[in-house]
Amino acid sequence: MAMLSYLKSSSIAAVWFVFLTFPLMVVKVNTLKNTVEWRWMNMLWVAIGAFILSAVWRWAMQRKARGSGNKEQEVSGVDSKPSLGQRLLEDPKLNRPVLGVVVVLALLMPWISEMYQVTIWVFALIYVVLGLGLNITVGLAGLLDLGYVAFFGVGAYTYAILNTRFGLDFWVCLPIGGLTGALVGVLLGFPILRLRGDYLAIVTLGFGSIAKIVYENWEGVFNGAKGIEKIARPGFFGVEMDISAATTFTYYLMLVIVVFTIFVTNRLKDSRIGRAWMALREDEIACVAMGVDMAKTKLGAYALGAFWAGLVGVIFASQTTYINPASFDFMLSAIVLSMVVLGGMGSIVGVVIAALVLNLLPEYLRAFEDYRMLVFGAVMVLMMLFRPQGLVANVRKTYTHGKVRAEEANG
Amino acid sequence: MDYFLELFLSGLTRGSIYALIALGYTMVYGIIQLINFAHGEIYMIGAFVALVVSGVMTIYGFSGVSILILAALIAIIYSAAYGYTLEKIAYRPLRNAPRLSALISAIGMSLFLQNYVLLAQTADYMPFPELVPEFAFMEPIAHIMGSAELVILITSAVTMIGLTLLIKYTRIGKAMRATQQDMVMARLTGINVDRVISVTFVIGSVLAAIAGVLVGSYIGQINYFIGFMAGVKAFTAAVLGGIGNIPGAALGGLVLGLAEAMAAGYISSAYEDVFAFGVLVLILILRPSGLLGKAVKQKV
Amino acid sequence: MAEKARKLLEVTELTMDFGGLRAVDSITLEVCSGEIVALIGPNGAGKTTFFNCVTGIYKPTRGEILVHPPKQKTQKINGFKPNRVTAMGMARTFQNIRLFQNMTVLENVMIGRHCRTTTNIIGAILRGRNTNRQERETIDRSYELLEKVGLVNFADEFAKNLPYGAQRRLEIARAMATDPFLLLLDEPAAGMNPQETKALDELIVRIKDTENISILLIEHDMKLVMNISERIYVMEYGKKIAQGSPQEIRSNPKVIEAYLGEGGDDA
Repeated sequence: MAMLSYLKSSSIAAVWFVFLTFPLMVVKVNTLKNTVEWRWMNMLWVAIGAFILSAVWRWAMQRKARGSGNKEQEVSGVDSKPSLGQRLLEDPKLNRPVLGVVVVLALLMPWISEMYQVTIWVFALIYVVLGLGLNITVGLAGLLDLGYVAFFGVGAYTYAILNTRFGLDFWVCLPIGGLTGALVGVLLGFPILRLRGDYLAIVTLGFGSIAKIVYENWEGVFNGAKGIEKIARPGFFGVEMDISAATTFTYYLMLVIVVFTIFVTNRLKDSRIGRAWMALREDEIACVAMGVDMAKTKLGAYALGAFWAGLVGVIFASQTTYINPASFDFMLSAIVLSMVVLGGMGSIVGVVIAALVLNLLPEYLRAFEDYRMLVFGAVMVLMMLFRPQGLVANVRKTYTHGKVRAEEANG
Repeated sequence: MDYFLELFLSGLTRGSIYALIALGYTMVYGIIQLINFAHGEIYMIGAFVALVVSGVMTIYGFSGVSILILAALIAIIYSAAYGYTLEKIAYRPLRNAPRLSALISAIGMSLFLQNYVLLAQTADYMPFPELVPEFAFMEPIAHIMGSAELVILITSAVTMIGLTLLIKYTRIGKAMRATQQDMVMARLTGINVDRVISVTFVIGSVLAAIAGVLVGSYIGQINYFIGFMAGVKAFTAAVLGGIGNIPGAALGGLVLGLAEAMAAGYISSAYEDVFAFGVLVLILILRPSGLLGKAVKQKV
Repeated sequence: MAEKARKLLEVTELTMDFGGLRAVDSITLEVCSGEIVALIGPNGAGKTTFFNCVTGIYKPTRGEILVHPPKQKTQKINGFKPNRVTAMGMARTFQNIRLFQNMTVLENVMIGRHCRTTTNIIGAILRGRNTNRQERETIDRSYELLEKVGLVNFADEFAKNLPYGAQRRLEIARAMATDPFLLLLDEPAAGMNPQETKALDELIVRIKDTENISILLIEHDMKLVMNISERIYVMEYGKKIAQGSPQEIRSNPKVIEAYLGEGGDDA
């Protein structure tokens, strides 16, 4: 009986994981008081959890094995049967009302919630833009950049320095932040043009880490680990705003930026350069052989991706009014990457949803705050195992031929 | 001169640790072309298990070398178990998936393990007991090299020699080499490739555990995050020596350790980590095949 | 009306060394306009390596590759990057199919138009009249090419879902989208059954006749080669061992010896 074999394997799994987690989950040594704390409850949780999860795992693996008969499940694969999610996206009858509700809620939000909520949403929207930016580099062009946080830091520090030291206005610094990000993107992209896959990932990881260490140690420019404080909030025609008003203002600004980002990214995706990026991702050698300039195209992807990070870096600095190197570590790159992966590489809607889910859930499920990164890690693994194409799978555009267009025009 | 010797030996010591961890990276990469991002966490877990075991033993009245031996042994067993489980859950199902998927899975596991230990044992730096006793005969040169360093050097050397012998002369070693060269052919000649890969992970994890116990004892404290930095540096060492190349990993580790020690001693210790990253970046850009590796031309 | 055949591609003493291995040894070859030239030889003779040198994937160790584009200056293209070679007018297909698997058939062909269009990032974002016009032209031209190779019905299908023979034809359409004057086909008939090969045969000749594109092809299928080529070069172990018309090659003892046991029974 299948049930029996499930029971058996789940029991074995439970025992194995209890064994595996015993020294760390059950035992807690307190060297100050010289005592050992034995947390037996944890053992119970692990046993139960492992038992259940192992059964679910086996079921999911079997389902995957059956499903792999249809050659669909690849990282940028496609769903042949439109799911509810797909229909929601495509069918105007469905997506317009939903979109309308979303827009109304988004606009009304600051008036129906407290400032604390608005702040959460500001950060969530910042992450959305980060995800969309990385989506260009990783999702479209296939360049696995693990040091994306560096550009975010560049934008934040650019504003912090220009504002606190040279008194430059927020609005002036906003585009400067974006452009500086893009510039750094090109500069860092240049030496790594020929790298691919794993090596590219590691080098970019190195860049991101080097950036953080430089912020920490170059006192003269970045003020080191102390960070930079008293950064100005965005002003509205010279009107000074208090925290609440400024946060609300930033929130609306972020909404505009998110819309802008979606608009631009969408246009880029369905364009000559967007296709070149995708071809580069699919097969670099063939792509170059078909006349695509690898250097220009790749640098474009880095620059465009980095631009958004730099842009919202400025906003981040203006919102927190104090930045220090600790905010710009590898964790952030990993989080943004998991958003892109979870959302579906190259899919704009997917990334937006994933970013919101991954950032808002921990906020609203405060009890689980501590488990946030744990869940991220697990989600990344599980997505790769069971749904590598992401939440929203890749649906390629269909084009209408000139002849057909002419026929339609003539009625 | 003394200062130089001190730096030199300190560099060798570091380098040995990097080498031990680097071997895990290089063996796994050589066989399945995957950067095991979570390898640093296996090292960290090894250190933590040793910490827990020695802590418990001390509290219950044990002391002396018995703690060291038992702690190390149990740490090794656990690291091996974690390595084995890691491969089985997160990598084996993705063996035929695109490389990007496996890489992301590895990153995810690294995050997961880090935070698992964080939650289970808090973010505090845990003091690690000094498991290695001070040897009397070391006293004359104590200002240059301590007993701990000696133990690290000797243990590392013995371990690496053991590994080399294993790879060269045992059946499983041959199977590992065969699988690394051509997995399909290896399978066709009857080698259980899955088992070989598991063994590779296990061996790498054992080495990482040894490194973890040694480092924990040497530095005196550990926390959940030590795996990340050590992992990156060890990976740098592996690439430096030529990824997939076992003597290369050892060489790379020593070179990196020495270079870091010299840089920290003569230039500035603040930028130590930048140095390692810098080396990594430069190598991957200028000579990705590393010191001992062969440049492989991709067939078009 | 007699056209003086002008040279398009002129390769002189091309040599390619990989460390100690000499994969291509002093090959001299030329392709003139309006020709279909074949490069044949046993496996491992260095034919694909030769292609890779000519198209810029490798930089030759020695020798000269001259290109005479119609209505343009002659150029030596040693060491040019592949995209530059393609932009000059020489496009290729690959021995192991290299399509963009997760893009549609139409999009694969549209990539070929990349080097013939100019829309940049700003243009893509603003979608001005110029951009829209270029985009429409790209789409239309790509559709036309799909019609020519008989893949119009698959236009919106993912390239990876295509049957094998269709994939090979798609590669050809994609290469043609770059508006080449010379097409280099690397084993286009590999893995095809006799019907598919015959259709390919006709396609290649059609391309030469109606599109004014000359062809240099590597091929193992002797029937195809003998049928459509005007001239043939034969390589073995990196060296040229014979050249001439199909009849000359068929009866050349060196060629027969090189293929002995290779199954040249279709000749």
